[in-house]
Amino acid sequence: MTPEQQQEIQKRQRSRSIVMALVLGAFVILFFAVAWAKIAQGTMH
Amino acid sequence: MANASIMTNKSVSDVAMPADWRDFVALTKPRVMTLVVFTGLCGLLVAPGHLPLVLAFTAVLCIALGAGAAGALNQWYEADRDAAMKRTAGRPLPAGRMTRQSALHFGVGLSVFSVLLLGLATNVLAAAILAVSILFYVFVYTIWLKPRTAQNIVIGGAAGAFPPLIGWAAVTGDVAPLPIALFAITFFWTPPHFWALALFVRMDYANAGIPMLPVVSGETVTRRQILFYTAIMGAAALAPVLLQLTGVIYGVTALVTTAIFAAMAIQVALRRESDPARMGPEKRLFKYSVLYLFLIYAAVVVDHWVGYGVPSA
Repeated sequence: MTPEQQQEIQKRQRSRSIVMALVLGAFVILFFAVAWAKIAQGTMH
Repeated sequence: MANASIMTNKSVSDVAMPADWRDFVALTKPRVMTLVVFTGLCGLLVAPGHLPLVLAFTAVLCIALGAGAAGALNQWYEADRDAAMKRTAGRPLPAGRMTRQSALHFGVGLSVFSVLLLGLATNVLAAAILAVSILFYVFVYTIWLKPRTAQNIVIGGAAGAFPPLIGWAAVTGDVAPLPIALFAITFFWTPPHFWALALFVRMDYANAGIPMLPVVSGETVTRRQILFYTAIMGAAALAPVLLQLTGVIYGVTALVTTAIFAAMAIQVALRRESDPARMGPEKRLFKYSVLYLFLIYAAVVVDHWVGYGVPSA
């Protein structure tokens, strides 16, 4: 593996990790909001 | 930019390169998703009852994720065929930017996640319809019908017609005549939409071995079938007015936009042009068909908001 390829792999892994962290963070907030809305609706059993 | 792209592809062939996150986005067919999200949103907006904003947002998000998952699984299965078509050769799998296993895992994971989340946020019926639409698109359309019959998109069109039902069911927990009418409009809209496209990319489909109607039965039959299904689609588009499910705004919009669609379909049906470079009317019909569906659904929502004859809970 050439240094260029190594660099490209690391670059992609880094950008994927950042995107994954953002997506997971967004879903944590969404799940919290959904749970809150369901409780407010009175449908949570 | 071109050099970077070549280097990337070369690198992928030399070393197992992780796919870029943008390739995962491309796998979900974002452009197709736009129409699916819009029709699902319209189904949700015209449904009687109230859904908290965050749950409505989640429902639309799940429809989008479900559509994206189905698109990813479609690309996973059709990677070889996509490689043979100019229109699809640049997709992540045929271009070698992603492994098939990654696409499969992504598609299955997203499918399960979108169905479960929709079930938790809204109700079981909406989640079940979403699950059926994903399974229908992958197994019935992509795997069973598409490579076997020229009627593939006639039956397979049902997969893309489910979103208004899902949106409606997310609010009400049931289905009713209006979302069924919207389902019918989209279902009968699909053949003229796809066959208009198939006329000018016929060679692409032929090279990929996909039995689209122009490849199997020829252009004359396809042009006649476009007109035939446009007539049925027109009847479906006017049905909500005749059944008093919608009011004047929708009625006038449906009448005008369908008349334009019919005029364009008649023009296409009467032509005998086989050179894709000279298929202006066919390309115009394809583009207009997308606008048509947007206008029809938008009219249903506006009609509902203005308050003409939308059924109450």
